[in-house]
Amino acid sequence: MDHKKKMKELLPGWLHRPAPEGDVVVSSRIRLARNLQGYSFPHQADEQALESVIAKVERALKKSAFTLKRLDGIGQSDRLLLVEQYLISPDLLKNPAHRGVMVNSDQTVAIMLNEEDHIRIQSIHPGLALQEAWDEANRFDDVLEAELDYAYAEKAGYLTTCPTNVGTGLRASVMLHLPALQMVDQVKKVLSVLPHVGLSVRGIYGEGTESTGNLYQISNQVTLGLTEDEIIGKIISVTKQVMDQERSAREALLAKESRLQLEDRVRRAYGLLSEARLISSEEAFKLWNNVLLGVKLGLIPEVSVEQVNELFFLIRPAILQHIVGKDLTPHERDYYRAEVIRKHLQTKRG
Amino acid sequence: MWCERCKQRPATVHVTKVVNNHKTETHLCATCAQESGVDAGKELGFLFEPNFSFHNLLASLLENEFGPQSAISPYQTKIEKCATCGLTFTDFRKIGLLGCADCYQAFDKSLGPLLRRVHGHLSHTGKVPKRTGGKVRIKKEIADLRRKLQEAIGREAYEEAAQIRDEIRAKEEELK
Repeated sequence: MDHKKKMKELLPGWLHRPAPEGDVVVSSRIRLARNLQGYSFPHQADEQALESVIAKVERALKKSAFTLKRLDGIGQSDRLLLVEQYLISPDLLKNPAHRGVMVNSDQTVAIMLNEEDHIRIQSIHPGLALQEAWDEANRFDDVLEAELDYAYAEKAGYLTTCPTNVGTGLRASVMLHLPALQMVDQVKKVLSVLPHVGLSVRGIYGEGTESTGNLYQISNQVTLGLTEDEIIGKIISVTKQVMDQERSAREALLAKESRLQLEDRVRRAYGLLSEARLISSEEAFKLWNNVLLGVKLGLIPEVSVEQVNELFFLIRPAILQHIVGKDLTPHERDYYRAEVIRKHLQTKRG
Repeated sequence: MWCERCKQRPATVHVTKVVNNHKTETHLCATCAQESGVDAGKELGFLFEPNFSFHNLLASLLENEFGPQSAISPYQTKIEKCATCGLTFTDFRKIGLLGCADCYQAFDKSLGPLLRRVHGHLSHTGKVPKRTGGKVRIKKEIADLRRKLQEAIGREAYEEAAQIRDEIRAKEEELK
């Protein structure tokens, strides 16, 4: 197989954009919830209404180079691929009939159809780029609204299926990589203040346990009564503070006698990851975390941050199956996963 | 509103009881509610539910808001049904999802406390859709201009104020 070319196709398009503050912030994401006037919300709507929603959105985006992927038109492994590429939510899979997603050509914007709301516009950027993600999502929101009548009320704003999204319909989030804060046992302390300012935090554990989770997502809880700029501004300023804390923790770890231990830990992880012959996604994710830290701290100079970021996707089951080009048993997956990781770490080296 | 019992903390638990057509309302803080046995939190129980989800949580918040007794209130059962999609407020309390855009209007009274609890606000201040929001957007622009006008008058920038006043008049014309 042409490893490089195939991989590029399978990795989400947004991954290759510039990543400001990429040493701490993995990605920034904007999600806008919208509904069409005159149709019941998806969970109450009949087939005909759901189909109308799909047809109307497709028509409204005709000039914008989006492709419709219908979930009822593809197999389960292709659906899981969309989830792993962050183009759809796992919730959309619960009931694939009359559901779909419209994706733009460089896969940076995905518009889910008939999930909890009729329309969910999503824009993802790597690094701290919430403003850019908002601008992009907002632009396509305008494109849609030029053709479609949104459910909107003067007082409550954009009307959503769940009242927790009403108003702006905006969920803005950033994913942070905080291994140093975790190592010095400060994560809880730093993040515990966030709920007091209306933000929520959750750990991303991949498929593993708490020990593997150095990834945290910060997002807004409140969608009503604040402007989009206020919501985004709040998350950016909080993120910057957390970022400073993480950076100081990294410096402290490198300065102390702990440096050797740290170097040992990340180099061991790198050794295992690049030499294993069988590896589960849980183990791969755990090692990946340490390798990412090592690369960011300059302790693994032979690998680039971009390369490690790509690995984050390559170790996932559905993406892996698509690289290999067939359905795999769990044991086969562990074998091919190890092979793909090894090749990926070799290809760009030197 | 302060707690009727201790008069020291804000009332966050509101219980409406209807017995023989006689309605009583009680407003308590969380502490007093627990002590006097009307702790609606007992109804939550969601922490131990294996299929914990956000919708359950929302439904529980509603339970908390209205108290388990409110289900027998005639106000709840008779009026609170969305004429457009047929969803009842009781349905909403179970699933945490509204049925259509008109539900917001149909359940306006009951949703208010929930929105305040979740968001701390009741009114949208963000983006207004260009087309659908037409008049709403103009009204918002007028409100913004009025603020600017006051500010200009405050600085005694009368020429600027006159200009802003003309802009407001033009926008008001658009609304007619």
